[in-house]
Amino acid sequence: MSIIYALLFLLLAPVAGGLIAGIDRRITARMQGRVGPPILQPFYDVGKLFEKEKVVVTNSQNFYVLCYLVFIALSGALFFGGGDLLLVIFAFTLAHVFLVLGAYASNSPYSHVGAERELIQLMACEPIIILAAVGMYMVTKSFYVADIAASNIPLIVFIPGLFAGFIYILTMKLRKSPFDLSTSHHAHQELVKGVTTEFSGPTLGSIEIAHWYEAIFLLGFVYLFFSWSPVIAVIAIIIIYVFEILIDNTFARVKWPLALKSSWLITAVLGILNLTALYIIGGFVK
Amino acid sequence: MTYLSKSPWLLHYNASSCNGCDIEILACLTPMYDVERFGIINTGNPKHADIFVVTGSINEENKDVLVNLYEQIPDPKVVVAIGICAASGGVFRECYNVMGGIDKLIPVDVYVPGCAARPESIIDGIVKSLGILEEKRTAMVTGVPVKPEINTAVREAGTE
Amino acid sequence: MSNKLLEGFWVDLVFFLILFPFIAAIVLLLIKADNMRSAVVGVSALLIAAVSVWLLAAYATSGTVFFPVSPEPLGELMFLIGMGIAIFILYMGVRYKNNIAIALTLIQSAMMVYFEFGISHGAVPENNFFVDQFSIIMALIIGIIGSLICVYAVSYMKDFHHHHPEHKDRRRTFFFIMFVFLAAMFGLVFANNLAWLFFFWEVTTLSSFLLIGYTRTDEAIKNSFLALNMNLLGGLAFAGALIWLASTGGGMELDKLIATGGIIALVPAVLISFAGITKSAQFPFSSWLVGAMVAPTPVSALLHSSTMVKAGVYVMVRFAPVLQGTTPGYMIALVGGFTFLLASAIAISQSNAKKVLAYSTIANLGLIVACAGIGTYEAIWAAILLIIFHAVSKSLLFLCVGTVEHQIGSRDIEDMNGLITRMPKVAVMMLIGMAGMFLAPFGMLISKWAAIRAFIDAPYGVIFVVILAFGSALTVFFWAKWMGRLISVPPPAEDAERRVNRTEWLVLSFLAGLMVLATVLFPLISSYLVEPWLRAIYGQVTLLAQENVVIMLIMLFLLMVLPISMLYYRKDHRQLKPYMGGMTTTSRMHFTGAIGIDREVTLGNYYLESYFGEQKMSKIGVPLCVILLAIMFAGVAVAGLMH
Repeated sequence: MSIIYALLFLLLAPVAGGLIAGIDRRITARMQGRVGPPILQPFYDVGKLFEKEKVVVTNSQNFYVLCYLVFIALSGALFFGGGDLLLVIFAFTLAHVFLVLGAYASNSPYSHVGAERELIQLMACEPIIILAAVGMYMVTKSFYVADIAASNIPLIVFIPGLFAGFIYILTMKLRKSPFDLSTSHHAHQELVKGVTTEFSGPTLGSIEIAHWYEAIFLLGFVYLFFSWSPVIAVIAIIIIYVFEILIDNTFARVKWPLALKSSWLITAVLGILNLTALYIIGGFVK
Repeated sequence: MTYLSKSPWLLHYNASSCNGCDIEILACLTPMYDVERFGIINTGNPKHADIFVVTGSINEENKDVLVNLYEQIPDPKVVVAIGICAASGGVFRECYNVMGGIDKLIPVDVYVPGCAARPESIIDGIVKSLGILEEKRTAMVTGVPVKPEINTAVREAGTE
Repeated sequence: MSNKLLEGFWVDLVFFLILFPFIAAIVLLLIKADNMRSAVVGVSALLIAAVSVWLLAAYATSGTVFFPVSPEPLGELMFLIGMGIAIFILYMGVRYKNNIAIALTLIQSAMMVYFEFGISHGAVPENNFFVDQFSIIMALIIGIIGSLICVYAVSYMKDFHHHHPEHKDRRRTFFFIMFVFLAAMFGLVFANNLAWLFFFWEVTTLSSFLLIGYTRTDEAIKNSFLALNMNLLGGLAFAGALIWLASTGGGMELDKLIATGGIIALVPAVLISFAGITKSAQFPFSSWLVGAMVAPTPVSALLHSSTMVKAGVYVMVRFAPVLQGTTPGYMIALVGGFTFLLASAIAISQSNAKKVLAYSTIANLGLIVACAGIGTYEAIWAAILLIIFHAVSKSLLFLCVGTVEHQIGSRDIEDMNGLITRMPKVAVMMLIGMAGMFLAPFGMLISKWAAIRAFIDAPYGVIFVVILAFGSALTVFFWAKWMGRLISVPPPAEDAERRVNRTEWLVLSFLAGLMVLATVLFPLISSYLVEPWLRAIYGQVTLLAQENVVIMLIMLFLLMVLPISMLYYRKDHRQLKPYMGGMTTTSRMHFTGAIGIDREVTLGNYYLESYFGEQKMSKIGVPLCVILLAIMFAGVAVAGLMH
């Protein structure tokens, strides 16, 4: 495992994540016929949040958010350091559970419902991510991100179904419409602010930074599908992200049963078909 | 120069306004005026807000709400009263059920008169409040307490 | 590497573990005084646990050791006791008018009589008892966790009868059966002679029957017969396996049978696995375990989560090398897999804490069954880890729920809202237990990880990977929302923790510590116990990579250290009320609604009854698994008849 890459991730990911968030808002604004904020706006936002007074609803919530940030950073560092992909996925689940617990801790109606929905979202997203990792293993014979990234095999050719399923839930992970059920990014409200309703000031700033880490991880995961050609991978990431922004601006939010059922149905069908195909091909290519 | 003036988030509350000023506030968010280019976001959550934008002349039902929301906004914060109703009660000033002006309850930093206030004035008022936010932030950091009190006497007494 | 002296020594340890709990049981049957009972239970528990650990320590490097114990007169004795048990069950069936129990017992007794006298048994089985690494692991679970639960039960049952004076105080019988059960479990994991294993198996069925019906209410009786009948059905299959073995000359010895392989071993493997399916409450036989939750909590912890139901999967893991790669094996694995998926779903819809734990147990057992049915060395490695970690976590959770129930008077998750303020230490231990069930880096997560890898490498494993991916997502939901209930900080309430008994504290803390310890030590457990055993059977081993272990230890370390930050946060933070649309709420979450009416805010979890309800899921699970089992039987019947 490469410590250097892990450290680079820890230092640079917030910067990159913030820039991507800023570009996101700019493109969104242009799509809506507006001018939009400066690209560095997310940094100003987080900076401002750290300048605010420290208020809490309950003292324990800061602990949960701290754990959330620490484990998101750790999971992402593990990913970029080339570690075991399954462990990365499980570590991310741990981080998200901490965020959910932080929302539950305040015993407030909005954050409570937001937390329930966040769990439903977790339930909707997790299967396909695991299946995508399994698919990558079946093609490259390794769970290690380092091996998958260094592989010469065009993964996208072998696991297009898993890729499509992943993109479907990527919208949910990036908290974009139509699946921004538990909380939404700026200027949208859902259950006031859903999971993040009762967090403010520096705590909210930490959550924001954690979102940036996570966004970089998700884009890194997309990269893995195209890892055999870094140039194509970067182009793919750009196209996918702009596509997500387009979806965000085009679709209205759906209700959670639809979000859960549709993701499970689509990811189950695509997952089973793709993995079975891989299994059969693997049997022949042995 | 703090980050506060680069990223002011506002909480908009309607304290029994006729909605005229509210529509103008929302118009500021539209592509025509686009306050997001200043980093302004309309968050519905007091805990995330810096600027408390209030319209309307307050009555018995929402005076507690107004104070409650004000208290939930973390420091530093500024209050901007939009429209003449929020400043002094406007045409409803003499009504039995109206308190007449939010500064009877919470300290106001900027008044934006008008009926309804125009988007340009509103933006102007908010930009002015940014300067005040900066001052408050500086005061907060240097430890000089600048915490105006809520007018509890008026709050208890009810509308007069 | 065993010499006669060592053998003699170990036989003593093994026999001690089987006989001593039985002696303790008889003593406990006679004691009336509470203090004496506590003392006897405490001392016995200590001895049993100590000897179990001694067994481990004395045993670090040797392989499988056999004990040539003569089958006469023990075999005869077991047959007689077995008949006695049958007569007793007949009596109970008549008394409570349960015809199914009567019918099943008569059939089984007829089969056993035929087995004993009607068939000539070929060679006399020699090595009737044995010890190997897997037995030691099971013995540790029974000896340490089982003993702890019995210690806990002393204080729990005292409270129980205090709260429920309407139930007759039959604690002498209760502890008698608990210790007899422990003895039977030890016998089960050390038995190499399948007929003897069956004897111990039936004793555990009887114990479960009697303990579920302890309170003698109508509901308890009904559920105890449900458990009895389903287990007896499995017992019939087991008896059938014994008859097959006797008539085809396969011999009674487990190790020789597995080495033989082929159809001779497959038929009994499938039949005994069917018995295992009933005992570990897989679909379509899950309802007995859910119904068994009416029993007092120590019973649920001991029998119905950490030990007896493990006996079911224990035999299946033993037969895994035989089941590997066969169609019946796959059918069994699919039954386990779908049980895992559906039971996890049902757990979401339950608000009764014990039912959630019951369905979670069924789900995890399903996963173990799936691994056993697949039977590759990787799958069995995962299965054994699952057994260990599940036993520790689940018993901790059941005991915590028992303690909580006695203090707050309710088993409902919604009533546990804010437990972290009312009963902080117990709540923290519950959180540890729950984390152990689904979060990285704790044990169950390691096991699930191992299971994923095992399924991928297994032939046709794709369906299992998909089941595991979806099933584990379901588990995150119901555990996390329960955790949420515990840690929410509502208005201040009274401290309900002061009245918790010291013994209960001791046991709970021990189990919580054990859970963390097991997670930290699992690489050692794996390399010293599990891997040598796997190597002996399969010739290969699988490992969790070194660096992954390191990373998990780092995560564990962080989880231990980060809570210290809570001390830092106590200071200068202004406290606000939650956002309620600007409405002023009192600290007890009351606010003034429209027209001035005072309203209270109540928050509840999602139970998604319409998606994951018991009825709905059972409608899918029961027919599906019946069909799978039918295919399994058909396959093995055809193969058996052709033999």
